[in-house]
Amino acid sequence: MAATTAEAGRSRPVVLRAFRWTRRFLLYLVVVGGSFVYMYPVFFMLRTSLTKESDLYVVPPIIVPLPPVWENYAIMWQNGPTWSWMKNSIIVVSFSVIAETVTSVSVAYGFARTRFAARDKLFIGVLATMMLPGAVTLIPRWLIFHRLDMIDTLWPLLIPRLFGTAFYIFIMRQFFLTLPRELDDAARIDGASHLQILRKVVIPLSVPAIATIAVFSFMNRWNDFLEPLIYLLRTENLTLAVGLKFFVSRFGTEYHLLMAGAMLLIVPMIVAFFLAQKQFIRGIALTGIKG
Amino acid sequence: MASSGLSAKTTGLRPASASLSRWRAIRKWIAAQEGWVFIFPWVVGFILLDLGPYIFALIISFLNWDVGRPPTYIGLRNYQAAFTDPLIGKSLWNTAFYTIFHVPGSTIIAFTVAGLLNQKVRGMPIWRTMYYIPSVTSGVGMALIWIWLFAPRGALNGMLGWFGIEGPRWLTSTTWAMPALIIMSFWGVGASMVIFLAGLQGVPQHLYEAAEVDGGGWWAKVRHVTIPMMTPYIFLSLILGVIGSFQVVTQALLMTGGGPDNATLFILLYIWIMGWNAFKMGYAASISWILFAIIFVATVIQFLGARRWVYYEYQEPG
Repeated sequence: MAATTAEAGRSRPVVLRAFRWTRRFLLYLVVVGGSFVYMYPVFFMLRTSLTKESDLYVVPPIIVPLPPVWENYAIMWQNGPTWSWMKNSIIVVSFSVIAETVTSVSVAYGFARTRFAARDKLFIGVLATMMLPGAVTLIPRWLIFHRLDMIDTLWPLLIPRLFGTAFYIFIMRQFFLTLPRELDDAARIDGASHLQILRKVVIPLSVPAIATIAVFSFMNRWNDFLEPLIYLLRTENLTLAVGLKFFVSRFGTEYHLLMAGAMLLIVPMIVAFFLAQKQFIRGIALTGIKG
Repeated sequence: MASSGLSAKTTGLRPASASLSRWRAIRKWIAAQEGWVFIFPWVVGFILLDLGPYIFALIISFLNWDVGRPPTYIGLRNYQAAFTDPLIGKSLWNTAFYTIFHVPGSTIIAFTVAGLLNQKVRGMPIWRTMYYIPSVTSGVGMALIWIWLFAPRGALNGMLGWFGIEGPRWLTSTTWAMPALIIMSFWGVGASMVIFLAGLQGVPQHLYEAAEVDGGGWWAKVRHVTIPMMTPYIFLSLILGVIGSFQVVTQALLMTGGGPDNATLFILLYIWIMGWNAFKMGYAASISWILFAIIFVATVIQFLGARRWVYYEYQEPG
């Protein structure tokens, strides 16, 4: 009797440990394996962008092209006014991220935390603009900017960003609603104004959410395709995303050049994402939300 | 404020007291309107960039407006034409098909990946970044990459070749072009993944501990704690997924041009073609209102359905 319990006492941890080990191994396999599946297109693009055209279809495929063919980038760069496209993109994106984040946070605070008669009716307006396909306003806005003589300038891409973006307002409002009201009630009793509550109480608790909408804004504006496509006309006035459209028609099946062009669009985004991710993680740490 | 009220009473000046209380009422009213200050930018933008253009778009949709010629009023004829235009039926069907596969598929994938990324695994920042990178690069960059992956002798067909399968000519096949775009869309789940991950990190730990005390295993915890607590995030992801998916255009414009044989003609692509290639602004505006109606109804239905399954609870701080 005593012997069997002792036996069981000895063997159970071994089985348990083996089980835990297998589970951990499978977890790592899925997490790491999946991450490679997700990164595969990007690796593949990087590889192709540095491969000689004659090596594209070699069997077995070349995994690391040696020596790397940097010339692909030179050919791609000289294809169009690439520097000019990049400059336009940088102007549009940096302006948009700041403008959209600041206004969206303030508007979302108004909807989540202040009280006035028309508030909820107006919020239906926010939801409606989110649901409305951009195409409905695309046509009249284009005609308006056309009348204002702003076609083929960056203004139609900048001005609309000054008024908050429904999607980001919605995200921030939903986030603000999850913050306990007692916090700002306490601040109110201490005589704080709404602006003080927003700055001292709500924003410090919302850094991850704000970082998230800033990243979304960066992504969407950098990748924005349809708006610059309809507003910008002359080749040198395009943004990078639209400029690269010409690559598809010009390079056709010269995939090594096409991939070099894609790299141009993607690398700044990856760099920006790494910078933002730092901010994002710091924000999570600041608010004390544990992972 | 209390002290000034007191001084008014002690001086016994009735008119001053009356004006003071009126002043106080006005101040109170102004304070109650403070919210307007925060919302003001949006209100201006809403009138100038949304409400105004919506009304304008409605007017345009009743006009025959070929850019370059003066617009003429033609009543409902744009809408009549739209309802009998086979390409609108085709593009609506395509868009719905894409939505039916893209939205549930990418929600499930994003939820699963977020769950995996919420585990304690060494090097997590690296793995998390790797899952997210394709979404960062969505749009034109990704479209260019997938043109190459889907090429007749591209990577995907190369891999299928290892299993002895002869891959289709994805983007130039009427059967496979749409599935190709749906497959590609599953690489862009990063945004919902981040939203889910943020939500998962807000699920109170004590609920899991309670489930453990009750003898619940891994699946019981997912089923009875994680999913109910995550329903607001799932709902948000579904709502935005449907809205976004009805407005897909970039991939089709770059990768297939709506072809082959209109197999990837999405509704927004058709609007763009009508508006900026054919310059039929009136007709394009009327199609955009049809799209608006569809998205609106789909969203309202989802909101009505949400009452049955979405669970809201204020999260505890920290």
